[in-house]
Amino acid sequence: MKRSYKIEVDCANCANKMEVAAKNTEGVKDAVVNFMTLKMNVEFEEGADPKEVMKNVLKNCKKVESDCEIEF
Amino acid sequence: MNKKQKRVLARIIIASVLVVAGLFFDDKTVRLILFGASYLTVGYDILIKAFKGLYNRELLDENFLMTVASVGAFVLGEELEGAMVMLLYQVGELFQSYSVGKSRKNIAELMDIRPDYANLEGDNGEVEKVDPYDVPVGSVIVVKPGEKIPLDGVVIEGESAVDTVSLTGESVPRSLRKGDEALSGCINLSGVIRVRTEKEFGESSVSKILELVENASSNKAKSENMITRFARIYTPVVCGLALLLAVVPPLISLLSGNGNTFPTWIYRALTFLVISCPCALVISVPLTFFASIGGASACGILIKGSNCFETLADVRCVVMDKTGTLTKGAFEVTGIHHSALERELLLYYASHAEMFSTHPIAKSITDSYGKKTDKERVKDVREISGEGVIANIDGKEVAVGNEKLMKRTGASYVECSQVGTVVHVSIDGEYAGHILISDVIKESSAIAVAKMKKYGVSKTVMLTGDRENVASDVASKVGIEEYYCELLPTGKVEKLDGIKSSLGTKEKLAFVGDGINDAPVLSRADIGIAMGGLGSDAAIESADVVIMDDDPSKIAKAIGIAKKCIRIVYENIIFALAVKFVCLVLGALGIADMWLAIFADVGVMILVVINAMRAMYVKKI
Repeated sequence: MKRSYKIEVDCANCANKMEVAAKNTEGVKDAVVNFMTLKMNVEFEEGADPKEVMKNVLKNCKKVESDCEIEF
Repeated sequence: MNKKQKRVLARIIIASVLVVAGLFFDDKTVRLILFGASYLTVGYDILIKAFKGLYNRELLDENFLMTVASVGAFVLGEELEGAMVMLLYQVGELFQSYSVGKSRKNIAELMDIRPDYANLEGDNGEVEKVDPYDVPVGSVIVVKPGEKIPLDGVVIEGESAVDTVSLTGESVPRSLRKGDEALSGCINLSGVIRVRTEKEFGESSVSKILELVENASSNKAKSENMITRFARIYTPVVCGLALLLAVVPPLISLLSGNGNTFPTWIYRALTFLVISCPCALVISVPLTFFASIGGASACGILIKGSNCFETLADVRCVVMDKTGTLTKGAFEVTGIHHSALERELLLYYASHAEMFSTHPIAKSITDSYGKKTDKERVKDVREISGEGVIANIDGKEVAVGNEKLMKRTGASYVECSQVGTVVHVSIDGEYAGHILISDVIKESSAIAVAKMKKYGVSKTVMLTGDRENVASDVASKVGIEEYYCELLPTGKVEKLDGIKSSLGTKEKLAFVGDGINDAPVLSRADIGIAMGGLGSDAAIESADVVIMDDDPSKIAKAIGIAKKCIRIVYENIIFALAVKFVCLVLGALGIADMWLAIFADVGVMILVVINAMRAMYVKKI
């Protein structure tokens, strides 16, 4: 299952770090952060609950870039 | 500027005033206080982030590096430089965030086709402005002049001209009448029209196009991934070098009895940390791709991903389908020969004889006649299968058909020397000339092929299911060296594979088709380009590049845009890396101080961002 989320982040390198953080979150099969359109496309593992997974994604992203936001 | 940016700007101004004020004092303590105040004003959030990063074990993020560099400068007694490092770092960040935001907006304006509302007509004829998402299929909407058509549908009342420029880049308006398909995203120019919607907003062409363009830059290019990976190792490596620089040379100096040189080398190491931020590099690549995608879509060329640019720029061989790509795919009267009558009169007889026929050839004759045909004048229409039609028009026996029909009527016909379908006409057994009907080559086909050659395409090939003489005629008129004719769809795939295997690995092959029946070939090529994608879902699905109108010169344009984009990407990568490398060397030797380092960092970023924005201007390519 794929979903697209709006994100807020200031610098391009931070966006790349968020991408890595999101990819390494449990329940996420693949994630792509697009800094230019400020979007994060997330592909979830089979059977994962997007809401729950996204909470952890946000938590992990906050660790690498403290003032980022993800709308979900 | 948004709120956040304005706040940062205010802090930068206050900090600058404090720094300038500090310069007027000679007293060490006053200077320290003023520079310190400036430093905290502009950099407090960086300090906080650095500590948070430390807590999360993110040792090498740029906040942390900037903090170490600036605090280090203060400790070494270089208060001014410490304050300036933070100040200029924030100026650079602000510039980056502002210019990226601005380009985001500019590019969004290029693709400004999203309708904001729909005028939904209720059961009693009252009209209400609603969100396009809330319009169900089958509703009636009213589109006034100057408004965008919000959803795909069919015109049920009214007549107008619509501007498709933001969808196709084509500036000549299309006319729209009752029964025509109204595509969302077009701008209504002249009259009020009522449209019955056929799709929901999410399924309408405008949404599909926007989705495609917005997601395009998520398909990252190889160079983009390369830079991301590079950035991940660049920072640790530079930091490692900084650490070595701070420790090894002074230790050697100390052990060899040359005295304490720690402050000098620590200063040089801090200079390294300032240059360690990879942001200029990381921002320039995606920004260039994004600007190119925006510029291309403003010309009616949709490119499905950043990764397509690299392949497109390396295209050396373009294989094209004939019908619909190089030719219009519609039959037209292209000549009238050996006629004793006036052109008008011959077409009058021919179109009246053919008026009951539904054959495409008959239709092209009646279209060419242009006037209304009069049923009353035509009697005794006899269709002779495989030959043509004989009819009595104004009391004369008119025969319209092929050679066999002419032999039957006893007329001595003249064969046509040109390529196409020939329709002979005889009146009362006397030969009256023939009408040549052929598929018309698009005006820009020859220009397109010439332009492709200019962009480094060394081989152009045409594939067609048509006959040999038609194929060779089109190929020679357009300037294509190689053609294969009488091919079935599976034959096209085989031919394409054959051509592909004859190319080198670095030479890419593009296939151009109308996307309707050549989907397998489109997906087989390195780059599939679909022509005339407006309103055709199949084309948008199967191709990598969609040309919204049917202008073949845009194939060359797409290659040109890709070449410009890739050139800018490499310019930026090389420039940013070269400046950083030079500064690292100069910093290690003690020639470049922290000032130069910070200017190099911020200045390079500003330059690469400006250079990246050039990719948006592609109108003249």
